[in-house]
Amino acid sequence: MIETRGLRKSFRSRQGRETKTVDAVRGVNLQVPAGEIFGFLGPNGAGKTTTLRMLATLIAPDGGDATIAGADLRKEPAEVRRRIGYVAQGGSTWDECTAREELVLHARMYGIGKADAHRRAVRALDAFQLTEYADRKCKTYSGGQRRRVEIALGIIHEPKIVFLDEPTTGLDPQSRAHMWDEIRRLRTEGMTVFITTHYLDEADALCDRIAIMDHGEVVAEGTPAELKREISGDVVLVGLDLASTPQAAQLLDGEEYLNKLETADEGGLRLYVDEGATAIPQILRRLDHAGLSMTSIELHRPSLDDVFLTKTGRSLRES
Amino acid sequence: MKLARDTWLIFQRQLQLLLRNPVWVFVGVFQPVMYLLLFAPLLKPALNAPTQAAAYKIFVPGLLVLLAIFGGLFQGFGLIAELRAGVIERSRVTPISRLALLLGRSLRDVVSLLVQAVIITLLALLFDLRVFIGDLLLAYLMLALIALMTSAVSYGVALKVKSEDALAPLMNTVAQPVLLLSGILLPLTFAPGWLQGVAEWNPFSWAVDGTRALFAGDLANDKVWQGLAIIAVLAAAGVFWAARQFARSVR
Repeated sequence: MIETRGLRKSFRSRQGRETKTVDAVRGVNLQVPAGEIFGFLGPNGAGKTTTLRMLATLIAPDGGDATIAGADLRKEPAEVRRRIGYVAQGGSTWDECTAREELVLHARMYGIGKADAHRRAVRALDAFQLTEYADRKCKTYSGGQRRRVEIALGIIHEPKIVFLDEPTTGLDPQSRAHMWDEIRRLRTEGMTVFITTHYLDEADALCDRIAIMDHGEVVAEGTPAELKREISGDVVLVGLDLASTPQAAQLLDGEEYLNKLETADEGGLRLYVDEGATAIPQILRRLDHAGLSMTSIELHRPSLDDVFLTKTGRSLRES
Repeated sequence: MKLARDTWLIFQRQLQLLLRNPVWVFVGVFQPVMYLLLFAPLLKPALNAPTQAAAYKIFVPGLLVLLAIFGGLFQGFGLIAELRAGVIERSRVTPISRLALLLGRSLRDVVSLLVQAVIITLLALLFDLRVFIGDLLLAYLMLALIALMTSAVSYGVALKVKSEDALAPLMNTVAQPVLLLSGILLPLTFAPGWLQGVAEWNPFSWAVDGTRALFAGDLANDKVWQGLAIIAVLAAAGVFWAARQFARSVR
């Protein structure tokens, strides 16, 4: 559905007298099959939005090309526009207009006739549970309602692909969960959904496949499960008081299921194992025999943040 | 056909936005009326005009051209607000004509200017101004072309600078010499030779002369067609340039 080959974009920025060239996107190759929720995960400034804006025909790439829903990005931008929907990060409604007016106008900008545009607006208002507020001005909406209007705008012409730039940024947890349901519904309706996010849990829970982006490049790509599987093993965190930590470390060191053992400065152990579920009973038995009492035990499965950490050397939470 | 339809869509929305902002409608009418009531009475003695009506024949066309220039040049501010709201980007991902994005807006500005012009003309009639209707319509055409050009240029510049902080001083810097060198407030017949020489190069000065000739009922005056031709060419160039900004603007 989307295929990109070596997509590149650099910007010139001026700082004082010097002109610096910033390579925002350096050669992105992607293949997104139809009917999936594809996520672009990365910190702010990784080049996610720039890539999205190129795919949505808003900025011209410096190099590379792409085929979107069968249309060539460079040669037929008008055709690409007809086949995609795009929902920007920062909002896209006139404060003084109502959701219904916005939906009708937006449909008509796609060349849809007046009567049909009105019918579509009614359907979209209903689908996004906006009927109640349909004739109120957009400036009176809550963040979640406004976001739903924007997404309804993006798909009013029933595109094959919809690009959503950070669809849940700034929403409260409830609206966020609601938004995830809406996005899943789009997939059920046969749309390919391409989102960007810097939330790990969102990429994990919502996306069928993700590409991790950092410094303008895709550093990893796959399903969330595949990516996590690449990071071998689990981590078991054993809580102990400071006094019994050295004894426990001595006891467990050299066990055959253990890959690596670290002692925490404030007491407790960090055990790297292949399979947490089988290691934990053995750890418990061992410590129990020696009469050492733990304050806690915790199984830590690799998260997407660990994947990000391995691929980039930084934690996404920090960047 | 598509261009006309798309332009109409944008025009309707822009007009709706204008009418929903009562402050703008009020200011748009109030300001020119103030000029007419508070400034014009000074003119008869100042211009040595034989009658109040004669003074109005000189002042009203100038005032209308002034409104067309300033009304147009400051439209860019609204566009910057729209840029920030994301509605320009939202329009640009649809296949709507880029020229229509500009024309729909500029034509709204032309219409709102013409409404102002009609109000002022009607008021001036109360002060014994008399103009032949055919001449008046030609004068309105001149005003429409001026507003089309200045608003298009203002939109184009707004898309380039993207901030009110840059647009305001820029537009003021352009507007001031244009205003002073066009003989809008007082005819340049009083100006020293060098000043008249400089004004020759100001297209708006031709527009003002042409409009004054029309209000004087002097249709045969060369200034009429010359002014119209100069402004029409500039309006076409302004629209062409600004539409390109809509096609390529980032953010």
